[in-house]
Amino acid sequence: MEFAELIKTPRVDGVDLHRPFMPTVEGTLCLTGHHLILSSRQDNTEELWLLHANIDSIEKRFVGSLGTIIVKCKDLRVIQLDIPGMEECLNIASSIEALSTLDSVSLMYPFFYRPLFEVIEDGWQLFVPEEAFKDLESMTDEWRLSEVNKDFSVCPSYPSLLTVPKDIDDESLCKAASFRHGGRFPVLSYYHKKNGMVMMRAAQPLTGTNGRRCKEDEKLINATLCAGKRGYIIDTRTIAVAQQAKARGGGFEQEANYPQWRRIHKAIERSNVLQDSLIKLVEACNDQSHSMDRWLSKLEASNWQSKVKEILTTACLAAQCIDREGASVLVHGTEGTDSTLQVTSLAQIILDPACRTIRGFEVLIEREWLQAGHPFQQRCAQSAYSNGKPRSEAPVFLLFLDCVWQILRQFPCSFQFNENLLIMFFEHAYASQFGTFLGNCVAERVKLQLSQKTVSLWSWVNRPQELERFLNPLYEPNNLVIWPSVAPQSLLLWEGVFLRWNRSTKCLDEACQEMVHIIEYNKELQNKVNSLRRQLAQLETEESPLQTP
Amino acid sequence: MVEQVKLLDRFSNKSVTGTLHLTATHLIFVESNSTSAQEIWILHHHIASVEKLSLTTSGCPLLIQCRNFRLVHFVIPRERDCHDIYSSLLRLLRPVSYDELYAFSYNPKQNDQQREEGWQLIDLAAEFERMGVPCDQWQLTDVNREYKVCETYPRDLYVPITASKPIIIGSSKFRSKGRFPVLTYFYQEKKAAVCRCSQPLSGFSARCLEDEHMLQAISKANHNSRYIYVMDTRPKLNALANRAAGKGYENEDNYPNIRFQFVGIENIHVMRGSLQKLLEVMGTRSLSMTDYLVGLENSGWLRHIKAIMDAAIFLAKAVTDEGASVLVHCSDGWDRTAQVCALGSLLLDPYYRTIKGFMVLIEKDWISFGHKFADRCDQLDPDPKEVSPIFTQFLECVWQLTEQFPQAFEFSEWFLIQIHEHVHSCQFGNFLGNSQRQREDLQLKERTYSLWAHLLSEKQNYLNPVYSPSFAESHPVLEPSTQAYHFKFWRNMYHQYDRSMHPRQSILKHVLTLKESNRELEGTVQALKTKLQTFGVSTSPLKPQTPPRERSHPPRPQSLILGAPLLSRKEVQQEEDEEVFGEEAREDAPASTGRERTVEGSSATENGYGELKGSFDSKNEPAVVTLEFGVARMTC
Repeated sequence: MEFAELIKTPRVDGVDLHRPFMPTVEGTLCLTGHHLILSSRQDNTEELWLLHANIDSIEKRFVGSLGTIIVKCKDLRVIQLDIPGMEECLNIASSIEALSTLDSVSLMYPFFYRPLFEVIEDGWQLFVPEEAFKDLESMTDEWRLSEVNKDFSVCPSYPSLLTVPKDIDDESLCKAASFRHGGRFPVLSYYHKKNGMVMMRAAQPLTGTNGRRCKEDEKLINATLCAGKRGYIIDTRTIAVAQQAKARGGGFEQEANYPQWRRIHKAIERSNVLQDSLIKLVEACNDQSHSMDRWLSKLEASNWQSKVKEILTTACLAAQCIDREGASVLVHGTEGTDSTLQVTSLAQIILDPACRTIRGFEVLIEREWLQAGHPFQQRCAQSAYSNGKPRSEAPVFLLFLDCVWQILRQFPCSFQFNENLLIMFFEHAYASQFGTFLGNCVAERVKLQLSQKTVSLWSWVNRPQELERFLNPLYEPNNLVIWPSVAPQSLLLWEGVFLRWNRSTKCLDEACQEMVHIIEYNKELQNKVNSLRRQLAQLETEESPLQTP
Repeated sequence: MVEQVKLLDRFSNKSVTGTLHLTATHLIFVESNSTSAQEIWILHHHIASVEKLSLTTSGCPLLIQCRNFRLVHFVIPRERDCHDIYSSLLRLLRPVSYDELYAFSYNPKQNDQQREEGWQLIDLAAEFERMGVPCDQWQLTDVNREYKVCETYPRDLYVPITASKPIIIGSSKFRSKGRFPVLTYFYQEKKAAVCRCSQPLSGFSARCLEDEHMLQAISKANHNSRYIYVMDTRPKLNALANRAAGKGYENEDNYPNIRFQFVGIENIHVMRGSLQKLLEVMGTRSLSMTDYLVGLENSGWLRHIKAIMDAAIFLAKAVTDEGASVLVHCSDGWDRTAQVCALGSLLLDPYYRTIKGFMVLIEKDWISFGHKFADRCDQLDPDPKEVSPIFTQFLECVWQLTEQFPQAFEFSEWFLIQIHEHVHSCQFGNFLGNSQRQREDLQLKERTYSLWAHLLSEKQNYLNPVYSPSFAESHPVLEPSTQAYHFKFWRNMYHQYDRSMHPRQSILKHVLTLKESNRELEGTVQALKTKLQTFGVSTSPLKPQTPPRERSHPPRPQSLILGAPLLSRKEVQQEEDEEVFGEEAREDAPASTGRERTVEGSSATENGYGELKGSFDSKNEPAVVTLEFGVARMTC
């Protein structure tokens, strides 16, 4: 077995585990192919099971023969292991380093994980494009399901089935694909039932410096407009960035060629600067200096909150165009796999109450992120503690979750799920026993045979036992559009993720429990009142015939 | 009355048209649109400034800033009307004598007995008794019965039994404004005392044996510790500068057994400037995240809040961990000293975290010990240099604590905000004037009403639904974290009236309603059970009973709409015998009419997601048109 070669010392006794706000645990440290395990071998103390894949980086320190390894995890946790013996410590450290940076996907834990629960509902079947299309068909006949990409040759990052305007044939789609970055031609992202407006997404058009145009592309997006209607193209880049893209063969839609469309530029930054922002933010949150000015200036310098605001604002704008302007929208940035997806998925949360249910949210992630080709494996390879030179890591998905959290905070009764679900998705996107977030696009997942060889995250989450943890007790379904405030005063730091390991949440958790208790007690009382009333009514009807003479 | 007045939204281009009324006590704006018919009632006392801006094409703009952080921007079509309102307001908002304050005309339709009972709610003698004072080490002194020793102190003061009258009088002469060391809180468990005073008149070398005796008496009253802490709440530099004016701080060489400590809270002028900067930043339209965070930092506001909290934590630690008594002072001992003593006591004693206890705390450390509410809150004949948000800071510190300990407080932030509202409203007598003596001269208890009675009558609105009395048992002393990220901007206070910024659904309100409904349901269950019992036992022929009327919706506590406690307005309406059908009733009603359905409590109208460029049809470069929808809501 290959893992055995990497594990130089599989077991060390007398290791101290230090975690913030938790008592120190002394026990035996074991390394397996996928886990770092620390067990005190006592029944009442919990064990630590840490996926190697969750380890972002480690630091070693020595005082005499006592070695200390600081393990920094992708979920932002930092733990400390005190290991007696210099050699053991070095061995453990190098083993962890090797095991946590395995390159081959097929060696990842999901391929080895066997669930201890029975899979009742296979999560790999959560989203079936054909069924989703049936729903769409019941509302409109303007669209068709195209198989043009069935072997992933037209667009490698798209799924095999795509929803496109009915009047556009596959040949035109191929031509349009050749005019868009990465072959990502405009496809349907969301249909707004209320007024029939649509949101589409794509990658940038390859206009280049000489202003290339593509009749098929123009025809394709015009086909989504009703007669006499206009639409908005939301380019997630600033006009300057979009201009610069021309030099590299990219560009944006010239208004002359797309007269029925109005282009709006927003300033969502590209994924490569996001990683730096995350690193700075987490560094600020871990600063123990207690100085107010230092905290605020570091928070500001990280620029994280600005990004949250910008993304939310753009999503709101897209939703506003659709719902309030009654216009269709096309969203794209450069590749159409990052900021584009943030915007289209958030706009749907604002517009579509279905996305605010647990299942609807899962489907949204499946449809707008996984199937839409967000490169999870590249983006989530490293988190905030990575020392290495960033390749294509970026917390694009985490930013999306942060934005969802912001909306959830503002509409605490409108979501079926709570913050825990968002945090769990964040964890699993970076390290998981499930195969859901492996690979960068559908084509890769098919090749890896994930659905046969690994378990889907949804299979686990959707079990009633697990779901309970993620339910929002305040949820009262409403079918309204929810418009969040994007004022900086209304946007908060997502403490549940960024301060999660830096503060004791005991008081907050207890308060939350009390709230749940009040809500449950209310339901209980309602039921009791109802049953007593029924009982009384029954007695009354039994008694009343006696009264009639 | 002026018609066709436009009210501009503070953060967008949205406006509504309505009628402006000016009464003896309020400025009232009534929206003309009959379906939403928003009403805004502004108490003249709440108005901090009125500004007439230069004439525009649509009329004459009038900008009104309020002390409760409301900011309204009217545009009045005719310049003359604007000027009339402007000059009337200027006259009305600068009362020259106490008699003109609203409290003296306000009448909540209570008889004299009710009013008296209201004033008797808080009894400070009983409070000291609760702490265990007088006791074998501490006694009540009558030295200030006639306000002869210190006119800004209350009549009843508690001092160590070994402090004789000559010592007290001697010490008072050596303290700024005669504010000699007295007891404000007694921590029974360790027999440790929290005392307060003003700075000593030590200059560079002056001494006062009586004052030294006084401190020693305080020290000796506590057998648990050989020393007492003397906390000078000022930055060291300020204290040093005071020496040149013959004031200063205690020299450890002259006072045996003291541990002297500076804690560095800035003075009233710095605090005033800080709040001003904060409000300026927060009032900016389309504020960027960067400007917001930089502005928050540059204002220094949260740094000051943290400094006060740090000082209070220091005090609480000295008392609980070391069992030492603490003497707190600043310059005059009525601003920073009040903040630190009150907040420190709140950390030490769960009683002060209840609604009643919090009233007692304010009555004790702020009102009776002479925090100059009239000057600080700009009640009368204002000296702008005396105005400062010292009490606001105290309320904010308490709010910051409620965020860290959500189950520790019986009250919610609405209680704090409501108190803040009334500190400035001059509607009740409690906060009028600068000292107890002045309040007695004004005969407030005979001529005005007490806020506490009023707040207690609406107690259910201010309850914290997740409050747990058992939390006090497990956490008698609060030990908050002082990590910077625990200190947050208090949006619900400083943007109280900017509804667009608040969460659209309030957890607090929701859970409070449920809790209320739980109480009622418990009653219903009980009633139904009794009824069932009568069925079982009764032999007499039964009349068919009508089932109790179903309540489809539990009643919702009124005036809890985010951002706008509507109490004062309601009262006025009652006073004027108008129908009490406020906007809240309409707003809370399920939207059955044709108008847009919105999430309850979200009547704000601005978000400014972005500009959609103008019409397609214009051939020229389109003018920039900002789309302003009523976006801050849910729509379907």
